[in-house]
Amino acid sequence: MSKATLVVHSGDTDKVYSALIIGNGALAMGMDVSLYFTFWGLIRLKKGELEKGGLSRMNLLGLGKWMIKRKMKKANVRSLEGLIKDFKDLGGKIFACDMTMEIMGIKREDLREDLITEYAAVGTYIKEAKESDITLFI
Amino acid sequence: MSTIEVDCVGETCPVPLVETRKAIRKASPGDIIEVTGTHPASKKEIPMAVKELGLELLGVEEEADGKTWKILIKV
Repeated sequence: MSKATLVVHSGDTDKVYSALIIGNGALAMGMDVSLYFTFWGLIRLKKGELEKGGLSRMNLLGLGKWMIKRKMKKANVRSLEGLIKDFKDLGGKIFACDMTMEIMGIKREDLREDLITEYAAVGTYIKEAKESDITLFI
Repeated sequence: MSTIEVDCVGETCPVPLVETRKAIRKASPGDIIEVTGTHPASKKEIPMAVKELGLELLGVEEEADGKTWKILIKV
């Protein structure tokens, strides 16, 4: 089966949206998908943090994000919570970066362990990426 | 064999694709999935996914309002 492997390095709301939309799209097309959450991306997997990121541009101290959120609600765009649940329901895998946890002092119990398939390091990512048809760094 | 209805009217990217995939995963061979929606890109992309998944596309119909479409898939 073909496969997509994405690194989610950014914790910005717009970029996490891109990662989850691409991930869900690839699953819907019948691919296997792995998402590697690292650095600021991994912060979004802490309990209660998924929806809390700012925008990568024009955040304007949160005003930009508030406006985008309002437009998204109007356009009936699914929330990040909804998208990550879809991703898991469709069999997507989520990896949490070990090193990020160590340097940022994040414990497993701080993270949403129900979402995480595996705690891993770069070797696992390379192994998965090597077998993939699509790899992205977001 | 049964018909499974998926209502995605008013939903946007990637929900119609995702909900279609969920229905396909739950369906048994021989079942018919009937997806109704209004998102323009999904009308093209659901048939693309059906092909990728090696399933049979029975038809893409357009409703009289020019906005709503219906896609029929055989699992």
